[in-house]
Amino acid sequence: MKIHEYQAKAILRQFGVKVPKGEVCFTPKEVAGIVARLGSGPYVVKAQIHAGGRGKGGGVKIAQSATEAESLTAQIIGMTLVTPQTGSEGKRVRRVLLEEGLQIASELYLGIVLDRSQGMPVMMASSEGGVEIEEVARLSPEKILREPIRPGFGLQPFQARNLAYGLGLGAQADKAQKLMTALVQAFGDTDASMAEINPLVITRDGQLIALDAKINFDDNALYRHPNLRELRDLEEEEPLEVEASRFGLNYIKLHGEVGCMVNGAGLAMATMDLIQLAGGAPANFLDVGGGASTEQVSNAFRILLSDPSVKAVLINIFGGIMRCDIVAEGVVAAASRIGVKVPVVVRLEGTNVEEGRRILLNSGLNFSVADGMLDAARKVVALSQGGA
Amino acid sequence: MSILVNRNTRLLVQGITGKEGSFHTRQCAEYGTQVVAGVTPGKGGTTHQGVPVFNTVIEAVKNTGADASVIFVPPPFAADAIVEAADAKLPLVVCITEGIPTLDMVRAKAFLEGKETRLIGPNCPGIITPGECKIGIMPGSIHRPGSVGVISRSGTLTYEAVAQLTARNLGQSTCIGIGGDPVIGTHFIDALALFREDPATRGIVLIGEIGGNAEEAAATYIRDNLDIPVVAFIAGRTAPPGKRMGHAGAIIAGGSGTAAEKTKALQSAGIRVVESPAGIGEAMAEELAAKSR
Repeated sequence: MKIHEYQAKAILRQFGVKVPKGEVCFTPKEVAGIVARLGSGPYVVKAQIHAGGRGKGGGVKIAQSATEAESLTAQIIGMTLVTPQTGSEGKRVRRVLLEEGLQIASELYLGIVLDRSQGMPVMMASSEGGVEIEEVARLSPEKILREPIRPGFGLQPFQARNLAYGLGLGAQADKAQKLMTALVQAFGDTDASMAEINPLVITRDGQLIALDAKINFDDNALYRHPNLRELRDLEEEEPLEVEASRFGLNYIKLHGEVGCMVNGAGLAMATMDLIQLAGGAPANFLDVGGGASTEQVSNAFRILLSDPSVKAVLINIFGGIMRCDIVAEGVVAAASRIGVKVPVVVRLEGTNVEEGRRILLNSGLNFSVADGMLDAARKVVALSQGGA
Repeated sequence: MSILVNRNTRLLVQGITGKEGSFHTRQCAEYGTQVVAGVTPGKGGTTHQGVPVFNTVIEAVKNTGADASVIFVPPPFAADAIVEAADAKLPLVVCITEGIPTLDMVRAKAFLEGKETRLIGPNCPGIITPGECKIGIMPGSIHRPGSVGVISRSGTLTYEAVAQLTARNLGQSTCIGIGGDPVIGTHFIDALALFREDPATRGIVLIGEIGGNAEEAAATYIRDNLDIPVVAFIAGRTAPPGKRMGHAGAIIAGGSGTAAEKTKALQSAGIRVVESPAGIGEAMAEELAAKSR
């Protein structure tokens, strides 16, 4: 789960990381009050969307006065911000973060991600602040310092020193160690999947401050963090994906015209790939998962069909933990309930397959039954393009 | 021959009285797996699916001589179940559970460090040596005994590949699903090393997907250590960056972990990568035929 910058900063502040004074703002009317609390200018107005590269897209502006802050806020709220991470359609800005401006001496990078090969989180630091870390990794990997965070040990003081001195933070080594420890604590206590301070700035008066912050949470651990779940901003997410997640379905909207309902993430991805190979384009990723109930499968079907760009649907189920008869019942129930307008190609294989096929064929609905994945992909692509 | 499991494997089911645990215990037993014990705290002393149930793993092992465990415990308790099995010194633990918090797995994996226990998964379909032993949720009927090893991060996509092999009379030595999570017990290279020691395995199908760099590591390992044919497929060529594609581990982060990169790494190590998931069986058949010529 992703959250906004101002929310990430609020969490970091709780753990003892210094962040600029600032408040979230939903309408220009609030600006005067906020600015009064922030003190004298300059101020920074930052668009709050779940995507990076906001500065490049014109979503971060500096105001010298309260009046300017208000007019910039009015400009930014409601704008459609296009950044390298939003795609060409951009994202509508609904809130901004108003902050005090700082006197910055230099910018660094500090973050924690999971190192899969070691099976533990790793803290990464770089003197190249304000640049995407992937960019640094590509162009100058030697500038990235790493320290593993071993479970049960956390970040040891010597590791923090390794990073601090490696970054040239001699004068701020103690402050850096405190900040790194706080970031590790925040990462662990919130079950984060990544936490990033980029840039971490050194101010002219020698303070270490998180000028920007990004935290993603592990979806699998949200059940034990009810307070973090409340930070979710549904307006930042694709409405159909939100709808799907309410039913425990993995759905991701794409831009093609062939709707896919598949069991298992790997097979779902492979099915998308195969549709492309057959000359079509997948409209979505949809994994109905293992052990899905009839109700869940019919919800999946309904969500999939509510995307208006879907011209044909491919249902590809290879049963394992998921039984074909349950899938067939769900498909038939959903199709009967909502009235399917587009052609549907069904490919079933695996546990209880005969019963599943029988349920489909006896349903009285117009399903094409495919023989194998390739056949299914070719059929559904032809149908989506108006062929037979 | 096979790797890790065979007709002598004595299986313990953790979470045997749950819905999935019950269903798949029956399926595994029907396949011929020796299911010797179950564990559900609070249900010790009862019998379920004809199998004695114990409160703890250690008790189950003492009483039944179980030497492998499969875990169907719900996500919040699954990491504890893994650690419990490892603490009881079970040589093999297969965790089917999907949705375990990553930091729970980080701790469980640290516990396994230096221990004899091999963990497969979590979030995996399990492991099967066709005709001998099935530990997991895969449909047994699609498998045939034979000489192709299968290693995969996916569940259902593995069944697809296996069905294609079987349809071409290419049986399997052992099929192992390593799991779709970012933190897993057995990586591609670990499974490849096991197959390398198995003289009956004459070819390997490797099924990867976007996210991480395990396929790249596998490519290097295969180039340096294996002289049997390997056919690979990487799922997710059409997956958009930054989105988690179902599996917690299947995400293109910061432009890395793409299918294109993985394909390139495998191909430059001389490994055949098929474009179509429907072409896995055929490619393996061709590679084996070329090798025997």
